[in-house]
Amino acid sequence: MMNLAWVVPLFPLGSFILLLLFGRRWKQRSAYVGIAATLLSLLWALVVLVDRLGGSTYEANWTWMTIGGVTLTVGISVTALNAWMLALVALVSWLVHVYSQGYMAGDERFSTFYAYLGLFTFAMLGLVLSPNLLQAYIFWELVGLGSFLLIGFYFYKEEAKAAAKKAFIMTRIGDVGFLIGMMLLFWQTHSFDYDDIFRAVGDGTLSPGMTTLAVILIFIGAIGKSGQFPLHTWLPDAMEGPTPVSALIHAATMVAAGVYLVAALFPLYEASHTAMMTVATIGGVTAIFAATIGLVQTDIKRVLAYSTISQLGYMMLALGAGSYVAAIFHLTTHAFFKALLFLAAGSVIHAVRTQNIEEMGGLWRRLPWTAPLFLIGALSISGVPLFAGFFSKDEILAAAWTNGPRLLFWLAVAAALLTSFYMFRLFFLVFSGKARHHEDAHEASASMVAPMFVLGVLSIASGYMQTPWFGSFLGEWLTDGAYRHEAAPGWIAVLATIVSFAGIFLAWLMYGAQKMPRDWLSARVPYVDELLRRHYYIDDIYRLTVVSLVSWISRLLAYVDRFLVEGLARLAAGIVGAAASAGSRGQNGQAQTYGAVTVAGLAILVVIFALTGGYWL
Amino acid sequence: MTLSAYLALALILFCIGLYGALTKRNTVIVLICIELMLNAVNINFVAFAKYGAHPSVHGHVFALFAIAVAAAEAAVGLAALIAFYRSRKTVHVDEANSLKH
Repeated sequence: MMNLAWVVPLFPLGSFILLLLFGRRWKQRSAYVGIAATLLSLLWALVVLVDRLGGSTYEANWTWMTIGGVTLTVGISVTALNAWMLALVALVSWLVHVYSQGYMAGDERFSTFYAYLGLFTFAMLGLVLSPNLLQAYIFWELVGLGSFLLIGFYFYKEEAKAAAKKAFIMTRIGDVGFLIGMMLLFWQTHSFDYDDIFRAVGDGTLSPGMTTLAVILIFIGAIGKSGQFPLHTWLPDAMEGPTPVSALIHAATMVAAGVYLVAALFPLYEASHTAMMTVATIGGVTAIFAATIGLVQTDIKRVLAYSTISQLGYMMLALGAGSYVAAIFHLTTHAFFKALLFLAAGSVIHAVRTQNIEEMGGLWRRLPWTAPLFLIGALSISGVPLFAGFFSKDEILAAAWTNGPRLLFWLAVAAALLTSFYMFRLFFLVFSGKARHHEDAHEASASMVAPMFVLGVLSIASGYMQTPWFGSFLGEWLTDGAYRHEAAPGWIAVLATIVSFAGIFLAWLMYGAQKMPRDWLSARVPYVDELLRRHYYIDDIYRLTVVSLVSWISRLLAYVDRFLVEGLARLAAGIVGAAASAGSRGQNGQAQTYGAVTVAGLAILVVIFALTGGYWL
Repeated sequence: MTLSAYLALALILFCIGLYGALTKRNTVIVLICIELMLNAVNINFVAFAKYGAHPSVHGHVFALFAIAVAAAEAAVGLAALIAFYRSRKTVHVDEANSLKH
């Protein structure tokens, strides 16, 4: 079945095309097309996954074009990582498709929404099947396009429009790095193929300096896509998109693409210590940085957005610390619990029609399904033992302790504390306390609850693929048996547990039991609070430096265009026009003038003829 | 020698005709000048027919033919002139200028 893995992305593509053609006619029934297509994808992907579990890597390439001596190929590659990602993406995408049927019901552009979801899923599935960088880059850009369309889905809202543009441009900035890195690798190895490039690193064709440069450039692409510092600012703004989009794009797929890319090129990164350190540092810094901002956000989706950035930072940290398995493990569990949290948040927004958590409260009884499921997600992301997030985060902390710099380990621990704090701040604000004028708030339809339920089960169960107790199935499979569990000290798990409970306890003190004043931080250090509220002024800095510089240059160029380029064009047009009007003035209706001109012309011809003797032609 | 004299006469007549056709305002004079040019050409025909390199009767025939055509042309031209005069109340050729840019 692995040789037919290329079929998996085609179902959502088919759904995209069908819905573009017939969506207007099918209206609300469009959902069934999307759901059916992604379900087929999911089933197919699961078959491929099961096949890969027992088999070995399958790769097929077809010639795309030959330019000179270089042959470009397209193909599919079913490595363990790819098969895993394929199933993961298909699963989350399917659940989001199901959920959207309830969430987006009644929207005027319902079928368009499903069409875009199909396009996005196609791009993401294509990305994780790519055997070479060029193909990956094409799908990578398609993912960007899909996210642009989905974030800007409510295009009549100015913020949504701006957010879509911002997401596109910021990830494009990263993509330029990716492109240059890819070109450098091609220049050195004459191949885009992952295997060829890895071989070139192994036999020394690729010098260490060049490797470092190329992988860091490619990592810039991953920074853009995965919302890592300093290209993260698009991700919180992207929350302007519909909530299922946030669950799909900003939890499980698009932002995971950066992590996936680094993981797919992992042998390359391993060859360069500098690159690994860069990845780890960016990841660790992002983890703590985004977590601190998450503390003060008041928009339910923005809190989740910053927690996504922070968790992606964890994954990068794990990759940088050399633990490929921990990163993919956390990617998987994060995909489940973050999608769950986003979908639950969507359910809350659906019920109370606001995103401001200060206006929520007391929803525990009103949302009897959403609330416990949200709690599961929050417990999982906080790393409470027995939930999936605990195992994967523990793995990352262990990797950071054994291979990474100590500072990054402690940063990650601090980020874990903050994570559990802001998640439970969110939980208590939304679900506990007094109900605040949401009398009509009620649970969403079954099509919305069911996907959340599935994700809730997975948010617990997915952790048991890789535990210190039942063996490390995932790691052994992903690395073809070469995996050995890091001999991390046992106190790390204990520390992680303490930290996560401490965060929860603190959140309970402040927001649950209200034994501690909420403005405890802002009253003592108001400037820190202000700094966090303004997201470290990153957006302002960008506006003052990059944005103003670019707009200044473009204004200059606009003048050049208007006066120089357009001036030249006007000059040319003017000359022709003047010549034409002078010529037309010659046609004055005086037959005698015409006659005179004709005679003069004839005379000139005769003179020339006489002088040259008729041989002048 | 004799041929040159005929040709010189034809040239002088032709130039007078051309000058008149291009400069005179009165359309009748213009028509007369055109006749003058045609007749200058006829003199050339006849002169070449008599004193040319290959004297033959062709030149005479051609001269008669041109005279016939010129007569027809004069009739049409005068008719057009009368029509023009009726519509514009003038025979000045520089006022027949509606056909322009």
